[in-house]
Amino acid sequence: MLITIRLFARLREIAGASELRREIAEGATAGTAWEQLIVEFPAMAGYTTAVSCAVNEEYARFGAALGEGDEVAFLPPVSGG
Amino acid sequence: MTVEDPRYRVTPQPLDASEAAALVSTSGSGAVVTFLGLVRDHNLGRRVLWLDYEAFEPLARKAFAQIGDEAAGRWPSVRLAIHHRVGRVAIGEASVAIAAASPHRAEAFAASRFAIERIKQIAPIWKHEHFEGGEVWIEGATADPDDRAACEAAFERACS
Repeated sequence: MLITIRLFARLREIAGASELRREIAEGATAGTAWEQLIVEFPAMAGYTTAVSCAVNEEYARFGAALGEGDEVAFLPPVSGG
Repeated sequence: MTVEDPRYRVTPQPLDASEAAALVSTSGSGAVVTFLGLVRDHNLGRRVLWLDYEAFEPLARKAFAQIGDEAAGRWPSVRLAIHHRVGRVAIGEASVAIAAASPHRAEAFAASRFAIERIKQIAPIWKHEHFEGGEVWIEGATADPDDRAACEAAFERACS
């Protein structure tokens, strides 16, 4: 199934894009999508213990199931304010 | 789709504390505390030239609304507005404006402090610091809006 991956800040720079469309296996979770992403971009691997995720513009857990057309966003540690 | 709440805003435009205050004060308000977070010219020994802010805007607005709800849970009479700038922000300009209104001053002061602490914990916003000799993404907290201990820590700082 096809999903959209949104990336921000340093993660966006590593990928060279703020948005990626990727095929992912049926039954995949946000965590699966992250694992697939760090294979493609090994420089992101160091973020594994610090990254947060959101599915369809809501904060989510890495165990959250993804469906066709879903958007998963990966968020490096935040620094607003 | 719900209409966007003007109290929770992400904008490339300069921020105006009095505008934020006007969004939360009512005839029952006895106090409005406004807070401006400014871009300063130094950080960790570096001479800062400007900051570029990036946000995941729809999620940032939701995070602001969550902060407003959390504040109202603690101080039911408090109304909050949170406006955050994105894009390039010059030294001395405001990156964030918070207004907290309540019938009495203590809650308004506490809620404004709580809001800025909580923004730094859970708002999906990133500052890209441009300093003399380079640039760096500032990475602070791993955002987890369900982390109750972090929320309690923010309340504690607000009330100390």
